[in-house]
Amino acid sequence: MLRYTIRRLIQLVGVVLVLSLLLFAWLRLLPGGPVSALLGERATPESRAALTKQLGLDQPIVVQYFKFLGRAATGDFGVSTGVQPGDSALDIFLQRFPATLELSFFAILIAIAIGVPLGYLAAKRRGSWFDNLSVVGSLIGVAVPVFFLAYVLKDVAASGLGLPSSGRQDAIDATRVTGFFTLDGIITGEWDATFNALEHLILPAIALATIPFAVIFRITRAAVLDVLDEDFVRTAESKGLTAPVIRRRHVLRNAMLPVVTTIGLQTGALLSGAVLTEKVFSFAGVGEALAIGFERRDYPVLLLLIIMATIVYVVVNLLVDLSYAVIDPRIRTR
Amino acid sequence: MVLGLSSKKDKIDGLAETAGVSLAASAWKRLRRSPVFLTGAVIIGIFIAISLLSPWLAPHNPADPMLIDQVVKARNEIPPAQPGHPLGGDLQGRDFLSRLLVGSQQTLIVGVGATLIGLSGGLILGTLAGAIGGWVDSAVMRLVDVMLSLPSLLLAFSIAAMFARPSQFTVILAVAIVQIPVFARLLRGSMLAQRHSDHVLAATALGVKKGAIVFRHMLPNSLGPVIVQSTLVLATAIIEAAALSFLGLGNPDDRVPEWGQMLGDVQKVFDTHPHLAAWPAICIIIVALGFTLMGETLREALDPKNRR
Amino acid sequence: MALLEVRDLTVVFQRKGEEPFRAVDGVSFDVEPGQTVGLVGESGCGKSVTSLAIMGLLPKRGAKITGTVSYDGTDLLKLSDKEMRDRRGRDLGMVFQDPLSSLNPVVPIGLQVTEVLERHRGMPRKEAMIEAKNLLDKVGIPDPNRRLKEYPHQLSGGMRQRALIAIALACRPKLLIADEPTTALDVTIQAQILSLMKELVQDLGTALVMITHDLGVVAGLCDEVNVLYGGKVVEKAMRHKLFAEPRHPYTHGLLSSIPRLDAAPGEKLTPIKGSVADNIPWSEGCAFAPRCPNALDICVQVTPAEEDQLGRLLRCHNPVVPGTPAAEEVPV
Repeated sequence: MLRYTIRRLIQLVGVVLVLSLLLFAWLRLLPGGPVSALLGERATPESRAALTKQLGLDQPIVVQYFKFLGRAATGDFGVSTGVQPGDSALDIFLQRFPATLELSFFAILIAIAIGVPLGYLAAKRRGSWFDNLSVVGSLIGVAVPVFFLAYVLKDVAASGLGLPSSGRQDAIDATRVTGFFTLDGIITGEWDATFNALEHLILPAIALATIPFAVIFRITRAAVLDVLDEDFVRTAESKGLTAPVIRRRHVLRNAMLPVVTTIGLQTGALLSGAVLTEKVFSFAGVGEALAIGFERRDYPVLLLLIIMATIVYVVVNLLVDLSYAVIDPRIRTR
Repeated sequence: MVLGLSSKKDKIDGLAETAGVSLAASAWKRLRRSPVFLTGAVIIGIFIAISLLSPWLAPHNPADPMLIDQVVKARNEIPPAQPGHPLGGDLQGRDFLSRLLVGSQQTLIVGVGATLIGLSGGLILGTLAGAIGGWVDSAVMRLVDVMLSLPSLLLAFSIAAMFARPSQFTVILAVAIVQIPVFARLLRGSMLAQRHSDHVLAATALGVKKGAIVFRHMLPNSLGPVIVQSTLVLATAIIEAAALSFLGLGNPDDRVPEWGQMLGDVQKVFDTHPHLAAWPAICIIIVALGFTLMGETLREALDPKNRR
Repeated sequence: MALLEVRDLTVVFQRKGEEPFRAVDGVSFDVEPGQTVGLVGESGCGKSVTSLAIMGLLPKRGAKITGTVSYDGTDLLKLSDKEMRDRRGRDLGMVFQDPLSSLNPVVPIGLQVTEVLERHRGMPRKEAMIEAKNLLDKVGIPDPNRRLKEYPHQLSGGMRQRALIAIALACRPKLLIADEPTTALDVTIQAQILSLMKELVQDLGTALVMITHDLGVVAGLCDEVNVLYGGKVVEKAMRHKLFAEPRHPYTHGLLSSIPRLDAAPGEKLTPIKGSVADNIPWSEGCAFAPRCPNALDICVQVTPAEEDQLGRLLRCHNPVVPGTPAAEEVPV
């Protein structure tokens, strides 16, 4: 198991290196590239040449890449040109990462808390109107553009529920400890700060949760349907076990295997949705930084954030594969 | 396996294994009776019909700012519904209904274009890897795995951001490139699944050339999973194109409308004129739902587990 | 009074848009305490459905069950879901065909044994574990302490079936139903499992309903044999009587199609021609008639009635005359 984990981590390093090289090369080969991004399209050839030389862009791409890697090793990923001009890309990431982590946590929590029980019930009542309705509902959930849903929620909340519709917290005097606003309030005992942060999280978390919810629901339903047909469920029934024991120990424990995989995949992919959701709710996380970065072509920030997103994605999937061994004895004891 | 992500790959590989299951006979029989599949088919049929007929259906030229005098930028006023313009006008005073109708055309083009490019790219890579094997296989698959190690929508954003001058074509390309690794893995998987199957062994034993085996015997049998994946990609392509527009990575030229672009471009006026977003959004949701219904029922019909 | 009395048990499957299908059609038989009764027939003859109906394991929707199944005087078919749950595993145990798929792959063997002890004998987990160890020991699983912590995939096929038998017998039920318990096993293991079952039911005084297509299993184990065809009992007799003198052409055919070591060189096996797909409905005559070598015109016109002939029940218009070749000297 340990050897497997180490091998996977080495592979991760390989992937990150290849990916960063690809991203780096593409950025440098763009017409205009960073020089245009910094000086604008109408800069004089002289000033362009000067900046090109100053940034070392006249050197071969491989040399540039290794210089970039050398700087990156010291934490220098360049300076933001659009998101927060002048700030270091790494600082922007570190500042904003807890926000996205917090949002993703609540989103996946919502998706699991509703998706798994609903999927189980739909499978148990296969073919009923409840089953059909929830399946169609989940298909619609996947078809709705995330940002549109976010806007609808924002409008409903602004007029109806009185929930805050932008930012992470109102301008209240909260002490910062970890960068996780809900957690900070609990640590320092500032409960109103935690509550305020939670209020700000509800709507973006719901918007972000729709797609993972729909996917988790469908996988749970399919997995439970598969397990209900298994011989060992019939054996459990023949033992006269009570319904809750059969459900928990025999049906759900087996059905959870594919569901855990899906939860992992969806968690890793949350950042895509976070780009859209955080932009709508002006939620100052990595997703918003990416949205602004794409809009303003902030290449240093984009490069770092995309690499970080990849690392997170691959690590989450590694964790899922490892958790498999914990849940599935057939892998653990092989 | 180069890197984990076994879960994402398992899904593709599972679909790949349905290669060789004949689409024609039993699957088609089941589909014809499935109300879900028929609903999807009807939706898509209407969608295609509208997009083909829209030049004649649309009451006005979608690019003509004929109601521009009713637009008051300062007070954020746009032309309301009125005789001849049942849905009113948009921010530039153009007839909104005509734009919606004609918009179906570009939306179809984005969906089909992205799917075709993604499929062709995947076809080339997957066939190379699956048919030649050896180092070509491992090189291609490593590239595919690197691409799969990014959340797909984020990859589409990144690719779109790389183009200095966005256009409809760059949108299609960005959405399509994301699908290349999926199709590549799918095709390679279904070829590997067939490599040792009886019909391929028989053809090899008869001395049929390798190329002929690949193109006449293996590819046609991969058709089932490819059709399923394509149908699902048609839905995601349309939704992703909207997301690109929303992030300012879409086609800036809105003379020829596209639903995703119409939806993405009106974000600043969502709270004052929600109908400008709601209409294209509803169109996108219905069409994406139609493709998804078809794709999912196709997948179920092909799944040998369900053939009882 | 018999321990189990099955009377006119009928199971009709009704699926939306399909013809109703009578899987079991008026089956009656008794099981005395400690007795072993065989239900024999080809796949699709209704023997497994009969066992599931007795256990109350058929799906609520889609399966219509009529008749009575009285166990110790109580009609099991009239019990509520909860009451039936209390009896399953305690009064009636069941062993299934495929030991691998019948065990939960992600739960240790130990828990799969103890959960039934906890449920019906109210044992705390610790005590149940000790009992589980004794049970595994009793069914001949070596090193039971280690096996308790292991998962089904770590056990051999024979050991898995032994574990399933231990589970089914954990609460000392008075009736054990075994549905093709040896079919999925290697031939050498089959004999071991059968002798284990024989030994256990004798020790515990458990009655056994043995469901099988294999007459070899019946020969070694059963006191009484019911031969099922097309959902009906076509012949019922004590084992030696049935084997010595099969009267129904189907039973005769089953016995004749067993390869024999003492057959003369060049003697051919006589398989039953056709398959269950050739059956005609019982309402139009005898379901077996299209495959029957003895068929007469009446066989496709009149449904044969069940006749009692000196301790043998027979449902046939033209039974085999005793002494017909190929059935004599049956290996027992």
